[in-house]
Amino acid sequence: MTADVLLSARDAGKAFMHQGQPRWACRGVSFDLYPGEVLAVVGESGSGKSTLLRLLAARLACDQGSVHYDLRAESERDAAGLTDLAMLSEARLRWLARTDWGFVEQHARDGLRMAVSGGANVGERLMALGARHYGKLRGEALSWMQRVELDTGRIDDLPATYSGGMQQRLQIARNLVTHPRLVFMDEPTTGLDVSVQARLLDLLRELVDDLQLAAVVVTHDLAVARLLAQRMLVMKDGLVVEQGLTDRVLDDPQHPYTQLLVSSVLTP
Amino acid sequence: MTALLETLALSKTFTLHGRGGQQLPVFANIDLSVQPGECLALTGHSGSGKSSLLRCLYGNYGASSGDVRVRHEGRWVNMTSAAPREVFEVRRRTLGYVSQFLRVIPRVSTIDIVADPLRRMGVAAESAREQAAQWLTRLNLQPHLWSLPPATFSGGEQQRVNIAHGMITAPPVLLLDEPTASLDADNRRVVVELIRAARAQGSAIVGIFHDDEVREAVATRRFDVEQYRKPI
Amino acid sequence: MMDTHYNFAFLDERTKKHIRRALLKAVAVPGYQVPFGSREMPFAYGWGTGGVQITASIIGQSDVLKVIDQGSDDTTNAVNIRRFFARTTGVKTTEKTLEATLIQTRHRIPEQPLTEAQILVYQVPMPEPLFRLEPSRAEAIKMHALTDYGLMHVRLYEDIAQMGAISHAYDYPVMVNERYLMSPSPIPKFDNPKMHMNPALQLFGAGREKRLYAVPPYTAVRSLDFEDHPFEVQHWEHACALCGADQSYLDEMIVDDAGSRLFVCSDSDYCQERREAGHVGSQQAVTLRNVLASEPASAQPPNQEAA
Repeated sequence: MTADVLLSARDAGKAFMHQGQPRWACRGVSFDLYPGEVLAVVGESGSGKSTLLRLLAARLACDQGSVHYDLRAESERDAAGLTDLAMLSEARLRWLARTDWGFVEQHARDGLRMAVSGGANVGERLMALGARHYGKLRGEALSWMQRVELDTGRIDDLPATYSGGMQQRLQIARNLVTHPRLVFMDEPTTGLDVSVQARLLDLLRELVDDLQLAAVVVTHDLAVARLLAQRMLVMKDGLVVEQGLTDRVLDDPQHPYTQLLVSSVLTP
Repeated sequence: MTALLETLALSKTFTLHGRGGQQLPVFANIDLSVQPGECLALTGHSGSGKSSLLRCLYGNYGASSGDVRVRHEGRWVNMTSAAPREVFEVRRRTLGYVSQFLRVIPRVSTIDIVADPLRRMGVAAESAREQAAQWLTRLNLQPHLWSLPPATFSGGEQQRVNIAHGMITAPPVLLLDEPTASLDADNRRVVVELIRAARAQGSAIVGIFHDDEVREAVATRRFDVEQYRKPI
Repeated sequence: MMDTHYNFAFLDERTKKHIRRALLKAVAVPGYQVPFGSREMPFAYGWGTGGVQITASIIGQSDVLKVIDQGSDDTTNAVNIRRFFARTTGVKTTEKTLEATLIQTRHRIPEQPLTEAQILVYQVPMPEPLFRLEPSRAEAIKMHALTDYGLMHVRLYEDIAQMGAISHAYDYPVMVNERYLMSPSPIPKFDNPKMHMNPALQLFGAGREKRLYAVPPYTAVRSLDFEDHPFEVQHWEHACALCGADQSYLDEMIVDDAGSRLFVCSDSDYCQERREAGHVGSQQAVTLRNVLASEPASAQPPNQEAA
């Protein structure tokens, strides 16, 4: 248990101005995430979970508190160790987003380049990092496509010709190609057909296990949380009302809202 | 000899916010101590909180007050206050749990479900599956079932998968919730043997045994949860 | 004779100063696109206003100006621009590359190697090499700032995946000084190697897009490629029909209804110089084999003339 904290949120909060007044989309969020841990952020619409995800991934700046990440130094003069993301330059954040982090968007079109082939999508991060051998790039793309159970024969096809589930798999491959330690996922299976969702969840579960990924998964679906995450945050109106072990929160909910949420879920 | 599992003034009360905050007290002030080789049988009528106590020991239910401590790799871990990743580590290596109903990850084959706890401990996939096969054979589950997900199995078959899954890593502390409830006489006997073997290996066991015969065969001590029911 | 109704070289002195300042910035940061206040010129966008503004800002009375368009001195464009400068500066003009001190060009680099005493001004329609790949201007600027050029390589990868080779035949993207990605303007990729370590100063002007950039003398200019798909220039099977040159960029002209083709140097001055030096080409058009012709049984194949 000597692993260092990978991601640390300290009283993080984000406010948007509404008619001259600040409205806190999320506030007071604190947790420490360790390597290999999966944290589910659960809540209904308007709970602030998506805003929180964007704060954690440094796509929004904190208006209160901070988010820290355990950087790996690129060179001697780089910041390393648990660093406040607000301190990082844009260049460093972009590099981070492209190497040590992944971000799986809810809609694949937001996370893919729709105008270039599947293979190009998977290879992009490597090319951005200086990979210059076409054959090797193609080889990497093929291998990752296999890993996420995509038909490698579709490597030169445009993502628009893929089904929704395939697009999500492509998105996942595109993110994992640089072996990130932390992956953010925004409702990764929402909107897909049920059977497609199921298979995608299986894939995610295996990948998280095999690659020892840490992940923050935003979802409104408690079953997804139970399947993928060891830990859970329950959010309502921008605040974390309950957090802890996933099975504890789901089987012994303490907060009134959590109890309501758990009891509202239909089981076939 | 140090105990492997202890509770200190453990209490549990449910608060049902959906019912205007109605309180449902389960038990109060339980002090337990289980030694290696012991099998503590929880007794009490249905609804007396036996399952809840077991779940509290596992960390699946939170404690309203008091502590649960598990002896994990030479030190005490307080399950009630430990960080989630610590609880997971304890569950992975030290604390096993066989629940009353099998809750499975869908679409995973029986053999992989049973092999998984070994793989999480670092055992190679090949070897883990071999051991899983041995356990399944021992529990009289036919090989043709191994590659199937257990969702369509009978209650008894599911329960046997559950037992294999919970016991395969020979955890030092084992929690059993009605392990023989859906089993026939033959399989009950197998399970009794497995429990006794675990005891002989030095595991500390806490269990709920509906069947008197089974309880007689495996328990070294009884603990009446009903006595600790908190008055409303 | 200079038309005295206009300031020397048409632009007012403040504008020239502004553009020169921008040019200094551009020279200081090779390949970096410097925005400038592009003025209204007496001809429309798309006709070389950017190149003309640069030339107008740096031309001096002792300069000798050459203007080419697609390698030729006598196309409409080249003729008009040359006349424009003659009228507004009275400066000597020439068609000979060797004589020129200032050369404005559209779509070609002269075949004749340039010297430290010369400046080459390119007309550029779209200065942004990432234009088609990244529609957001703000994002493109960030990519340049952070040397974040993965997207361009994605495009080249895509070409190879879909077509077997990188498809850019002109305006082939280059890295300047190993720092900035640059559009060399729509010159054929054949000309790209000429940009590398050129003794002349190379200036690029885009009037409509209001940006200029520069490649100082002796600067590294590298065409993008992959290790296993290296950059290649175009080759022709034929030599120039007029002067016999086999190392220059050839224009292909169809000369009759049978599809006969004449291959001629694109750079008219270069071809002229060679002919004056005594080189002679085949003087003949070439009839290419009709690859669509059916088997011998049906129509007569056209006459095959010796090339």
